[in-house]
Amino acid sequence: MAAAKPDPIPDFLETSRKGVADADLRRKLENSTGRHLEHVAHMRAEFPGYDGERDVARRIKEDAIGRLDELLIELKQKLEANGCTVFVAADAAEARDYIIKIARKASARHVVKGKSMTTEEIDLNPALQAAGMEVVETDLGEYIVQLRRERPSHIITPAIHLSKEDIGQLFADQLGIAYTAEPEALTAAARERLRSIFLGADLGVTGVNFAIAETGTLVLIENEGNGRLTSTLPETFIAVMGIEKVIPKLADLSHFLEILARTGTGQKLTTYTNFISGPRREGELDGPRAMHVVILDNGRSAMLADPVMREALYCLRCGACLNVCPVYRRIGGHAYNSPYPGPIGSIVSPNLFGSAAAKLPFASTLCGACRDICPVKIDIPRILLHLRWKETQAQPPTKWPADARRTRAGVRRFARMARHPRTLRLLSRIGGWMLRPFARDRYLRRMPGPFKNWTRWGRDFPAPGARRRKPRGEG
Amino acid sequence: MPEVRLFATCLVEEFYPSVIESAALVLERLKLKVRPLRSAFCCAQAPFNEGLRDEAVDLARRFLKSCEPGTPVVIPSGSCTSMVKIFYSDLLADDPALAKKAAAMRPWLFEFSQFLVNVLKVKYVGARFDRTAVYHPACHLTRELRVVDEPRLLLGAVQNLRMVDFRNPEECCGFGGAFSVKLPHISAAMVEDKIVRIKESGATAVIANDCGCLMQIGGALHRQGLQVETFHLAEVLAAR
Repeated sequence: MAAAKPDPIPDFLETSRKGVADADLRRKLENSTGRHLEHVAHMRAEFPGYDGERDVARRIKEDAIGRLDELLIELKQKLEANGCTVFVAADAAEARDYIIKIARKASARHVVKGKSMTTEEIDLNPALQAAGMEVVETDLGEYIVQLRRERPSHIITPAIHLSKEDIGQLFADQLGIAYTAEPEALTAAARERLRSIFLGADLGVTGVNFAIAETGTLVLIENEGNGRLTSTLPETFIAVMGIEKVIPKLADLSHFLEILARTGTGQKLTTYTNFISGPRREGELDGPRAMHVVILDNGRSAMLADPVMREALYCLRCGACLNVCPVYRRIGGHAYNSPYPGPIGSIVSPNLFGSAAAKLPFASTLCGACRDICPVKIDIPRILLHLRWKETQAQPPTKWPADARRTRAGVRRFARMARHPRTLRLLSRIGGWMLRPFARDRYLRRMPGPFKNWTRWGRDFPAPGARRRKPRGEG
Repeated sequence: MPEVRLFATCLVEEFYPSVIESAALVLERLKLKVRPLRSAFCCAQAPFNEGLRDEAVDLARRFLKSCEPGTPVVIPSGSCTSMVKIFYSDLLADDPALAKKAAAMRPWLFEFSQFLVNVLKVKYVGARFDRTAVYHPACHLTRELRVVDEPRLLLGAVQNLRMVDFRNPEECCGFGGAFSVKLPHISAAMVEDKIVRIKESGATAVIANDCGCLMQIGGALHRQGLQVETFHLAEVLAAR
């Protein structure tokens, strides 16, 4: 561990540089995200109702987020009527403290977890471990990254940064099995380990995909059955959800199920759709004895209060925007230093983690691919622009390195000069004359000032005005 | 003779003057009177994308003052067109008078290929261009303006031009304005991968409707010493 630093979260510029320099990582990302995008395209093509369902789902979210207070009250009442204990946590610390309190009360020592980004957000695992509990992630991808003592690098495919060979090596080293890169053999090895862990677990923790206010039902979708085991085997079960997960009615759910897996994993439907409606009732043979639901705010109500930001609360966490993002595909999820990477992470993280994530909205060319693939059509570029504007006014200002500060100053100077086109034209003509002697074949190999980073990073710079003559038909 | 205004955009003025000459030539050949829009220099996108709204509003005001509804303004850039046509409504939300002018101008603002195909209803403009080329669909053109088929229709009608496909053409080239120098490593990685795919196609020319993409792709091609040149759609359509 490094000595105490003022900012414990590594800088995005640093980590993203590491990402692009890792050719192996980029190849893996391009392959897996590319495969995913093909599946999604196929799914969209074969289901003509897809776009209609998107619009319906979007409208349901608009309605639900628009009357969130009322729906949360209804949800809480229904959950309690179903026998659950509900706790509303204002922030990550409150949520962690509550979960640890419940775990202690249940004398839990072995905790199993279903895949949950919300528990990543509140850093639950280290807190449980510090309280003396053993915590095992049971989603295969999460299990893999946990063995590597890493964070997930994607919200749906946590181990997307690893190849099957990487995983084979990991299992050989840590599980003591003979090296193999056969996915089936690796899955079987993990499954065998996890079975006994499940049987010995006394506390289960999962996330939530949808919470139905009308019935007090939590819906958890997954592909491995680990969510079902986590929510039914241990004596105590805790579900952790953000306030935005609530939807009004059971009938609303089908519209989301029609689009979520299609966009998220390129499946028609996930293998498991769990409907969790409270703890074991009298006469029932299985299910947890006690069930708690932690409803987390942690910055979300501030997003709700901001009319531009609010749209981000419609997110279903399908992960498709990560796969299609040309930035994510080059730097990988770990570069973002947030449990939520990629385009959705770049708009959500600054609201959850403040200044530590303030640079993320700038990690985009505003290409719009994320908005086009989003199942509920969140206008991510618009929100990125909004957050950029807010960042320019942040107090204290974000710590940018000198060249980024110079870039902003340069843009500001240019914008002020551009109010006087005649003067700017004259100045740029003079600048062009000065630079032209250095041009080779209409390009400059090295540029000064704000453009230094252009030529330093793999690109020659067009000599100002050099391209005067129109190309001829001969080409 | 009907009149159109032609807004060069800052990148064209600074780096690609031939693009505006070409665009003017194509429009004049189609019997239009072309009047350059020179009292504005920049559409405001550069400061807007950096979060500098006040500076951006000043430039938007300048742009809107220099044009009037009733005369089409043609812009040889998908990105600048989407700024004035789409993003102005967000930028100017707090200034009702300017927002009103922006809304009134909206139907009169056209990206170059959009104007040719949808307004003038032409595909063949008498161009001849002896090349094997790929078309790079610029992001704002494709996903903000939804101009997808128009450039391809125009290119399809150019004599001697052989268009070839390349993998994942819609993925961003990595320009992104200030992004290209603020996060230069990511920007460079994006264009590096784009160029790998262009190379595979066997094309000797890359055609796009946005000078930002042309700077980025052209700059990387030149740095790598590849014999692939970049052209703006207007340059191709003006060639004979």
